[in-house]
Amino acid sequence: MSPEPLWTVFVNAALVNNFVLALFLGLCPFLGVSGRLETAIRMGTAVTFVMIVSSAAALGIDRLLIALDATYLRLIAFIAVIASTVQLVEMFIKKVSPVLFRALGIYLPLITTNCAILALVLFQTTKGYGLVQSLVYALGAGTGFTLALVLMASLRERLELAALPDLTRGTALALTLAGLLSMAFMGFGGLGG
Amino acid sequence: MEQPIPPDPTDAPVPLGEEFRKGVWRQNPTFVQVLGMCPALAVSNSARNALAMGLATTFVLVASNVAVSSLRRFIPRQVRITTYVLIIASFVTIVDYLIQAISLDLHRALGAFISLIVVNCFILGRAEAFASTHGVVPSFFDGLGMGAGFCWALLSIGAVREILGSGTLFGVQLFHDGFQGATVMLLPSGGFFTMAGWVLLLNAVEQRRSRRAAAAPLAAEGAR
Repeated sequence: MSPEPLWTVFVNAALVNNFVLALFLGLCPFLGVSGRLETAIRMGTAVTFVMIVSSAAALGIDRLLIALDATYLRLIAFIAVIASTVQLVEMFIKKVSPVLFRALGIYLPLITTNCAILALVLFQTTKGYGLVQSLVYALGAGTGFTLALVLMASLRERLELAALPDLTRGTALALTLAGLLSMAFMGFGGLGG
Repeated sequence: MEQPIPPDPTDAPVPLGEEFRKGVWRQNPTFVQVLGMCPALAVSNSARNALAMGLATTFVLVASNVAVSSLRRFIPRQVRITTYVLIIASFVTIVDYLIQAISLDLHRALGAFISLIVVNCFILGRAEAFASTHGVVPSFFDGLGMGAGFCWALLSIGAVREILGSGTLFGVQLFHDGFQGATVMLLPSGGFFTMAGWVLLLNAVEQRRSRRAAAAPLAAEGAR
């Protein structure tokens, strides 16, 4: 178990090494569903939930793989865990809130291919986090992801009414905004060691 | 995941050269479809890393396209996505160990992003949208074309960032000794800015072309 205190784990994952803006993870939903604030918050919540569940599940699976001396299966096992968690969340949301289910649309199954989640699971394995640390790490990463998504969505909602040249609308504008946000997040460097 | 994806409208036999070309330009995975962005931005801080990543992804893409397309009659519809992901994950594991064997330095530079090829959404996208409805040979060329498109996109981002950020290209020094690189290009934000620049440029080219295409019939009319 790595000796890192819990609050640095959290701050590191949420701000300093923000998964989206510093590590370039989970960019597809970041650019895809950041058009509206409300959807962004829901997406962030769903991803955070999937992160926490798969983080705990992956930890157990990793122990099992080490015991079986089959670590080369790690990647395949992890992706299977994530896919099943997403399936679970999908069924849950569909039952509990059909409105949210429709709002998230195609992006819900696509959480499976959200690289932020697989990366989270891989990083926590490499860093040798224990159970509590892993959960805090997942929570931090999810918070960071939600934060980035919400910031981006608010910016884009405001810019919707701005007079912009046609050419810059869409991807180019979103990327430039992301670049500026990412520069702002550089300011967190050094925080949390 | 229940909604069936409509079959590709290009189900009629298409020349293989066209399958290849569409990935390179018209449906370029990075610049046009904006898929698979994470590796495109994360490892493109030098041209060498970008090229290595591009080649690794191309290999996985071609291999998984061929595998999915040859198994397409045996994969049950309900579990197809899981099956695709498992097929892709197996090839990624191969590439991971291969790169580790070839160059440990490269493996360290690319880091977790080799494993993350698994969740590169455009590989899964090609499996679902193309390979599952097409034969082995077209799928092979489709994978090759998309891979080539991804490679040149990555390379063009990586080259710009390396030239502006450290004044080198593939590690060869381009400017005089006193050159001070713009560090921002090597930071994550530089990746976003470079990509935004390329998208703008390609948009402008595409817009000019469509304008000219719209103007062409009118000009012919006037000449008559």
